[in-house]
Amino acid sequence: MELFVNILLSGVAQGMVFAAVALGLVLISRATGVINFAQGALGMFTTFIAFSLLSSGVGYWAAFVAALAIGFASGAVIERTLIRPLQGKPALNPVIVTIGLLVVLEGVAGSIWGNVARGFPAAFSQKGLVIGTTRVAFSHFDVFIVCAVVVLVLAIVALFQWTDLGLRMRAAAFAPEVSRLLGVRVGRLFTLGWALACAAGSLAGLLVAPLSAFSPYYMDLNLVYGFTAAVLGGLVSPVGALVGGLVTGLAIAFVGGYIGPDLQPIAALALLLLVLMVRPQGLFGTTEVRRV
Amino acid sequence: MNTASTRPMVDAAASRPPGAGIRALAARLRLPSQPLVRHLILFVLGAAFFYVLTVNVGAFNDYQIGEIAVYAIVLGGLSLLTGLNGQFSLGQGAFMIIGAYTLALLQLHAHVGLVGELVLATLIAAAAGVVVGVPAARLSAPYLAGVTLMLALGLPQLSAQYGSVFGGEQGLTTTPPVAPGSLSSELWLTWIQLLCALVVLVLLANLVRSRFGRAFRAVRDDEIAAAVSGIHVARTKVLAFAVSAGCAGLGGALLVLSTGVVNSGEFPLSLSIALLAAMVLGGAGSLVGIWWGAVALVYMSTWSTSLSQHLSLGTSAAAYLSDAFFGAVLVVAMLVAPTGIQGGLGWIGRRLWHVVAGSPLPPSPGARVATAGAVPGAQATDSVDHASPPPDATPRPGPEAEELEAKDLETKERSRQ
Repeated sequence: MELFVNILLSGVAQGMVFAAVALGLVLISRATGVINFAQGALGMFTTFIAFSLLSSGVGYWAAFVAALAIGFASGAVIERTLIRPLQGKPALNPVIVTIGLLVVLEGVAGSIWGNVARGFPAAFSQKGLVIGTTRVAFSHFDVFIVCAVVVLVLAIVALFQWTDLGLRMRAAAFAPEVSRLLGVRVGRLFTLGWALACAAGSLAGLLVAPLSAFSPYYMDLNLVYGFTAAVLGGLVSPVGALVGGLVTGLAIAFVGGYIGPDLQPIAALALLLLVLMVRPQGLFGTTEVRRV
Repeated sequence: MNTASTRPMVDAAASRPPGAGIRALAARLRLPSQPLVRHLILFVLGAAFFYVLTVNVGAFNDYQIGEIAVYAIVLGGLSLLTGLNGQFSLGQGAFMIIGAYTLALLQLHAHVGLVGELVLATLIAAAAGVVVGVPAARLSAPYLAGVTLMLALGLPQLSAQYGSVFGGEQGLTTTPPVAPGSLSSELWLTWIQLLCALVVLVLLANLVRSRFGRAFRAVRDDEIAAAVSGIHVARTKVLAFAVSAGCAGLGGALLVLSTGVVNSGEFPLSLSIALLAAMVLGGAGSLVGIWWGAVALVYMSTWSTSLSQHLSLGTSAAAYLSDAFFGAVLVVAMLVAPTGIQGGLGWIGRRLWHVVAGSPLPPSPGARVATAGAVPGAQATDSVDHASPPPDATPRPGPEAEELEAKDLETKERSRQ
C-alpha cells in the first residue's frame, strides 16, 4: 500500500513535468501544425544557462526567471529564422528542422558544459513530506512543481478564453487567412505562440533538472513522454495536455515501480501506439474530416 | 539509380548542332537500359573499384571503408523509405541494434555460419520493421517521427532491463570471421562488408525499378490516388518499412563484426538522427547519393576530432561537434537544399552537359530529381528554382506552360515504364 501511494505521488509530480512539455508542444502544434521536437532540448539549454548563472553567484529565482525569459526569446527567434521560411512547404520540413535543432542544441551544450551528470539545485526541500507518521515520496519541491504547472496551464487557458490577445491567437490558429483579412497580425501571433511554448519548455527543464541526472541528454526522455502526453490529450487543448501529462506520468511511474525503470520508454511507446490506434484524435480532440 | 542514363534523348537525330559528336559519343557510352544488366555492370565496376582501393590503402583505411559500406547499406534502406515511399524514420538505430544483438546472440548460442548470421539478422530486423510498420502505416509523418524517436530511445534500454540475455551495460562480444589463407582479417571483413553493400544496393536498385518501386512512389505521391489504382497502401508502406529495417539490421550486424562488441551505448539517438541527416545530405531517394552520406558519417568523427584539437576543446567535444554538424545539416538542408549533394551534382552535371554539348537541356531533370530526390514532398522543384535560375538558355514560356510541359513529360515517363 505504501509503495502504491508513493508511486502514485511521484507519478503525479512527473506527470506535471510531462504536462509542461506537452503544453509547449500543443501551443505550437495547434497554431502551426508543427511538432517541435526541439522543445526538450531548448529547455535543457536554458536550464544549463541557469546553471551557469547559479554557479557565478546569481540567486536561484533570478536565474529561474532569466532561463524562462531566454526560453521565451529563443522561441521567438527560432520561429522567425527557421520555421517561418518554411511556411507553405510540406508539414514535415519544419519538423525535420526541429529534429536537427534538437541535436545541434545537445551538441553545443555538450561541448560547452560536457557530458557529466551534475546536480541542479531545487527551489525547495526535496525531502518527503510527513503525513501522520509516515514519510511519503512527495516533497515541498513536488508541491511546487504541481503548483507551477497548474498555474501555467490555467494562465494559458485564461489567456485563450478571456483576453483579446487570446481570441486573436485562437482565430489565427483556426483560420489564418480569414484572420489576416480581418486585420489580425497572424505572423506575430505565431511567433508569440512559439515564444510561449519554448518558455513552457524551459519551465519543464528547470522543474525536472533536480529530479534527474542533469546532463545534455536529460530532456530526451521527458520530451518523448511529453509527446505521449500531448498526443493523449489530443494536441489541441492545454487542459488536454495537463490530463495527458498526468495519465502518462502515472503510467510511467507504475511501470517503473512495479516492472523496471528501463521499460518505461517502451511502455510509453506502447501507450502512445494504443492511443493512436484506438483514438487517434486523443482524449480531448475532435475528429477532423479529411476530404480528397 | 542512374538518373542521367534513364533520361530520354531529346532531338538526337532531328538536327546536327555543333555538339552532336560529343552527344553521340555520350550516347554510345551510356549504360544499357535493362535495369538488371545496368545494375550488374555497376556492381562489377563498384567491386573492381573497391578491390583496387582496399588493396592499396592501409588497414585503418580499410576499416573505415568497411564502415562506409555498412552505413551505405543502412542509408540505402532509409533512402528507399523516405525518398521513395515518403515515410520517415528516426528509429534506424533501433533496427541496427536488433541486427547487432541478433548476430551476437547467434554467435554465442547457435552456430549457423556467417551467412546464416547475417541473413537471420536481416530477417529478424525486417520482422521488427513489420511490427513497427503496421501501426506506423496509419500515422502521418510528424506522429511517425515521434513514434520512431521513442523506439530509438526506448529499445536500447531493453538491454539493461534484460541483462542476463543481452549482457547489460557491457553488452556482448562478437568474433570477426576468420580470413582464408594469408589474407589479413581486417581486409577480409572489409571485403565482406563491401560485398554485402554492393549486393544490397543492386537488390534495392532493382526493387526501385520494379512493380514494388512504382507502388512505393505512387503511395508517396498520393495515397488516395494509389489506392484507387488498386495499390494496397498499408501493405506497400509496411513493405517499405520492413525493407529499410532489414537493411538497418544487416548494417548493424556488419558494424559490430568490426567493433567486436555490441552494447546499447553504440547506438544512441544521435546516431539515428545522424543517419537521417546523412541521407538528406546525400539526397533522399538517390542510391548513389547515399555514398556521400556514408562517407560523411564515417569521416565526420575523424574531422571533428582534429577540429576540436585545433580549437583546443576537450577530448569529448569531438563527438558533440559531429552531432551538432549533422543536426545543422538537417536544418540547413531543409532551408536551402532539400535535394542534397547528389541533387546538386546532378544540377552541375546538367549545366556542364549544356555547355559541352550545346544542346537545349532536356527539361525533365529538375522535376525528376525533385520527385526522386526530395524528402517526402519537400517540393524540391520549388526550392531548386528559387536557389538557382533554371539553367536553360532558351527563353522560358510562362509558368503554366512550363507546368504543362513537366506534366507531359511525367506522363511520358510513366508510359515508358
